[in-house]
Amino acid sequence: MQRSQFISTVHLGVKSLLLHKLRSGLTMLGIIFGVCSVISMLAIGEGASYEAQEAIKKLGSTNIIIRSLKPPDEASDSGGGGNFELNYGLTYEDGARLQSTIPGVVRVLPMRIIRENVRFNVNLIPCQVIGTLPFYPGIVGVDIVKGRFLCDADEKHQQNVCAITTALASRLFPYQAPLDQAVKIAGVYYRVVGLVQELNTPDKRAQTEDPEGETLDNFVYIPISTSRSRFGETIFRGSFPNIEAESVELHEIRVKMASTEFVETAAPQIKNVLNRFHDQGDYEVIVPLQLLRQAEATKRIFNIVLGSIAAISLLVGGIGIMNIMLATVTERTREIGVRRALGAKKQDITTQFLVETVVLSVGGGLIGVLIGVLVPLMVTYLADMKTIVTWWSVAIAFSISGAIGILFGLYPATAAANLDPIDALRHE
Amino acid sequence: MKSKSIIRIEEIVKRYVLGGEHEVLALNGVDVSIPEGEYVAIMGPSGSGKSTMLNILGCLDRPTSGRYFLGEQDVSTMPDDDLSEVRGKRIGFIFQSYNLIAQLTVIENIQVPLFYQGQNLKDSYDRCAELAELVGLGDRLHHRPNQLSGGQQQRVAVARSLANDPLMILADEPTGNLDSKTGIEVLNMIGKLNADGKTIVLVTHDNMVAERAHRVLHMKDGKVDRDFRNPPRESSEAKKVA
Repeated sequence: MQRSQFISTVHLGVKSLLLHKLRSGLTMLGIIFGVCSVISMLAIGEGASYEAQEAIKKLGSTNIIIRSLKPPDEASDSGGGGNFELNYGLTYEDGARLQSTIPGVVRVLPMRIIRENVRFNVNLIPCQVIGTLPFYPGIVGVDIVKGRFLCDADEKHQQNVCAITTALASRLFPYQAPLDQAVKIAGVYYRVVGLVQELNTPDKRAQTEDPEGETLDNFVYIPISTSRSRFGETIFRGSFPNIEAESVELHEIRVKMASTEFVETAAPQIKNVLNRFHDQGDYEVIVPLQLLRQAEATKRIFNIVLGSIAAISLLVGGIGIMNIMLATVTERTREIGVRRALGAKKQDITTQFLVETVVLSVGGGLIGVLIGVLVPLMVTYLADMKTIVTWWSVAIAFSISGAIGILFGLYPATAAANLDPIDALRHE
Repeated sequence: MKSKSIIRIEEIVKRYVLGGEHEVLALNGVDVSIPEGEYVAIMGPSGSGKSTMLNILGCLDRPTSGRYFLGEQDVSTMPDDDLSEVRGKRIGFIFQSYNLIAQLTVIENIQVPLFYQGQNLKDSYDRCAELAELVGLGDRLHHRPNQLSGGQQQRVAVARSLANDPLMILADEPTGNLDSKTGIEVLNMIGKLNADGKTIVLVTHDNMVAERAHRVLHMKDGKVDRDFRNPPRESSEAKKVA
């Protein structure tokens, strides 16, 4: 068929559809909703998983986190009470070993995390006192808001200085400028040298005051040498007679790898190295990259589920189109007969009706794409949910709508073409 | 009958099978030959086989046996698509109920036969506008059928039947749905077409209509039982009125 003739056929199709505006509109509605729901459902799914992935990414995709765990069987032993000293967890030597044996390790960051109350004047706030090294911000991802972080001199001379999170600062110093104030932790005064913001804790969470006095984002950073000398290796917890004593050198080690390629091979190697000295399983290895992969896998499943629900609605729309086209064929039997008498071949009739269905479905698809792009914007605006409209969801939805037009148009169109011209002409 | 026949039907039989066993012999060995430029009326009571005859003449149906030559072509055994082409190129149809396509304008309706022969709508526009002018609807090119009277619609149908410059125009009760005055207008128009050389085959049961033809084929029980010529007076009158 010539191009101009095809254009004429499309033109004719549009004309025939416009003859019954309400009917064509209602028929299109099925496809509009289908396409729109495919796009917006995928956009919402994509947005939700994006947030989870971002959180994991902030942990650092090149980082490996190793945490000390209290061995479960030992813990039950101490349940009987008494002054039992528990000795477990990562050691300074572990850090040194990892640095020297695992290929691709850039830096090993040791952390001691001790729960203590921090006091300034009358404000007493439970915190996590993190003893660490000056390069902590480069590995964990910390924004220095004011002042500075810890420095090498602090570490070397076991200075009583600290950096605190902005969340803590706002609670500890509601009316004062925090810098250069002295806060008291376990009987010792520390000078505040900097305000920092951890990047992987969103602002919103940091600002909420929870009634339990949880030490969620209340971090105090002190030099690890200071931590060792002030708190010692043994940490006492609880009150007499159930005092628990724990001897933990390091609570956490973060290993920074040169690139993501090293990360996955390094994880089992780290376990190998550590297992030689930790036969009681008193540590865990967390690989953010693996979490990320898992999150991506979950996202895929999520997308498939949402996508297929939406695809079903597209299918329903397609059936609606087929239904209407079959009715149209019956209604226009006479017209088909006339066209056949005037020289139309079966193929011409098939094309004519197929074009009409495709115009319906593609037209509906276009409108559906427009609405489908707007709905996620509205969801973001009204429900404050992140949504991402991906180009491929638009492409998929649109091409499915076109395919549905052809698929569901084929039967009515062939039914129309196969009518006997004589019967069709006589049809009342 | 010196001029060559453009329609030659030999021993045409059409048999329908109704509801399994029951058989109807609609045409039972018809022989007809129609020369170019003739104006033929087919008459007969219902059930006489004249509709079947019309369908076969119009290449809408194939005979069970026998041969049908349209022009030089044997169309009696042609496949469906070829028949479509023959209809599109050689036959102009005028129906009792006009059968214009509702969603198309006057000019577009006239263009339909040319469209199916692959002609661009732009290219066929001028010719079709001329045809509309010929039937007196040059000022209604962009009206829809439902904006026209019955007589006007039938005139559009006449123009449409001429669009492909057919060998023959087949008219099935062209005045059946019209009042007598507009009916005469349409008949005059058909008469003028014949005077200009078109071969016309017209199916009717109205004697007044049949009288205008040169020749009447009267059918009964699937056969042509009478084949006679009318006195030649109508064409001159038709010319005057048109």
